Amino acid sequence: MIATAFALGALVVGSIFRLKRPYAEKLMPYESGNPPVGEPRQRFSVKFYIIAMLFVVFDVEAVFLYPWAIVFDKIGLYAFIEMVIFIVILFVGYIYAWKKEAFVWD
Amino acid sequence: MPEFVMPDLAPVMPEIVMTILALVTLIADIIFKRKETLAILSIASVVLVFFVLFGTPFKTTFNGMFIADGYSLFFKLIFLLNVVLTVLISMRYLVIERVNFGEYYSLILFATLGMMLMASAGDLIVLYLGLELMALSTYILAGFITYDMKSNEAAMKYFLLGAFASAFLLYGISMIYGLTGTTDLNAISEYIILNGLTANPVVMLSMILFAVAFSFKIAAVPFHMWAPDAYEGAPTSVTAFMSVGPKAAGFAVLGRVFLIAFGSVRMDWSAVLIPIAILTMGVGNIVALSQTNIKRMLAYSSIAHAGYALLGIIAGTGEGLASVMNYLLIYAFMNIGAFAVIIMLRTEGFKGDTITDYEGLAKSHPLAAALMLVFMFSLTGIPPTAGFMGKLYIFMSAVYAGYTWLVVVAVIFSAISAYFYLRIVMYMYMREPKESVSLAATPALGIALAITAAAVIIIGVLPSAVVSFARAAVAGF
Amino acid sequence: MVPLNWYLMLSTVVFMIGVFGFLTRKNIIIMFISVELMLNAVNISLVSFSHFLQDLRGHILVFFIITVAAAEAAIGLALIIALFRNKTTAHVDEMTEMKG
Repeated sequence: MIATAFALGALVVGSIFRLKRPYAEKLMPYESGNPPVGEPRQRFSVKFYIIAMLFVVFDVEAVFLYPWAIVFDKIGLYAFIEMVIFIVILFVGYIYAWKKEAFVWD
Repeated sequence: MPEFVMPDLAPVMPEIVMTILALVTLIADIIFKRKETLAILSIASVVLVFFVLFGTPFKTTFNGMFIADGYSLFFKLIFLLNVVLTVLISMRYLVIERVNFGEYYSLILFATLGMMLMASAGDLIVLYLGLELMALSTYILAGFITYDMKSNEAAMKYFLLGAFASAFLLYGISMIYGLTGTTDLNAISEYIILNGLTANPVVMLSMILFAVAFSFKIAAVPFHMWAPDAYEGAPTSVTAFMSVGPKAAGFAVLGRVFLIAFGSVRMDWSAVLIPIAILTMGVGNIVALSQTNIKRMLAYSSIAHAGYALLGIIAGTGEGLASVMNYLLIYAFMNIGAFAVIIMLRTEGFKGDTITDYEGLAKSHPLAAALMLVFMFSLTGIPPTAGFMGKLYIFMSAVYAGYTWLVVVAVIFSAISAYFYLRIVMYMYMREPKESVSLAATPALGIALAITAAAVIIIGVLPSAVVSFARAAVAGF
Repeated sequence: MVPLNWYLMLSTVVFMIGVFGFLTRKNIIIMFISVELMLNAVNISLVSFSHFLQDLRGHILVFFIITVAAAEAAIGLALIIALFRNKTTAHVDEMTEMKG
């Protein structure tokens, strides 16, 4: 509690007492000291989104591998077969994405 | 840690076969260039699952997480029938809409797999997973015509509100889990009774959250906002699919969760469901009166039908449940039949989804008009058709359970509904055709229409077979 | 040790922020983020229940919720992209093709 109050209090006090002298360079987006090039809101190619979607799906499914790996020596063969089935189903999705050319960049 | 034993896989066989076949269909999409092959493949898979389903023993497996019983069997039959009819009516339609992609068929199979899991769920975790599998596949199907703004919009609205509803479902699950320490439906019921928690606020809260989430799925008022837009914008074949399948699946879980897990607080949940049912019938029927788009009109009609079916759940008896199942089966036939006629009117460069497009259809295409007449009569609930029998059994079960006044309300709204259904009949038979309408009839569509029309009339004349099957199905519930 | 009630209050507050955000904001992506917030609020309460009950079911459900939410996010993004291609908007007030 006290720690939270202190942290918030410091921010509030700071915002009240700090000097506000904005000028053009200060309000620019920070790009490692260089003047910014181009519009910050440029449109990304749709390919990025497709890759992002594939990443989200395939990456998060891996969450199931961790609990499985931890208890693997306790439940043995049955869990192994089950995990093989799981991976096979994922693999079917992978083949599908591959053949639909989701991984081709141009 | 207890010793691990291999669960009995026999009761899950239909789902396993369905999973494999859906994956095969997904891969077949890459191999075959002619997408009609996939349609045939998906119908063949459904028929195979149908045979597996009848060889499945009635058992509970995976520590009570999965229940194979008569109740789930009946619902699975509705889902499989839904797939067959939807695939039959969509083959030509997809070509006309220029979205003849193979994913369509595998998505339908995956959605059906989700529904089957929902019908068999004995545990809230399985229920949630089945629901999401169904919902996620249906979102994509609703937005299947990617170049069409309306389809995108339908999918977007359906997606946002569906995700919102499933968050409520999860909150309800977490509440009941925190209270009882289990997610098994039977164990929840036992815990509530043993500890005398029937007046517990947490039980009430989670019951209300479940009611909200399931109302979204069956499109009951006041959680119906997505339905008209999603039904109108989605491809017509998908509208037919999602007005039958997800709705029936919603009722399957509604029945199981409310009658088993919350069986001891029946008075409380019927107090929640009765206003929902009245509002659903009222809003559905009254707003449908002013619609000019036939798909949108049928969306409101589908909302109203969810209201009728809710009466059977409110009755809370085995008889009520059997009448709901019977009604949903009949609804599958008559609704997909009506959508098949709508699809027939959709040709290259002609939408055919406003009600005025039906003017004088009886003159130019007497057979199509006659079929539409049968489906409209059935949806209204006029005697020689199945729709009448379905409503009759539901109303009877509600009367026996002591809800006579509710049935009176339902009958009044049902009479109102005659106006907008029969308006289409009137347009078809009493008006002169304005422009010549051509039909996109194909053998597949013909088969679907023949099946649905025959079923509507046969069940209407001889309802006892289906009803006694439904009664036998709930016997082991 | 932090009592269970605190976690539940946190979860309720986060859930309510999600509901409120969903109902008041008009940008699709913000609405979607609000839904994710609701799901994560549920995750908090499930994990804390699971810990206090010394029962694994809650953890299992949380794993499933996380993966399903990921799949949901992928589908949501796909739908938003499809919408963007036809009409450069992510605003629900501009989705007015259908009314009635």
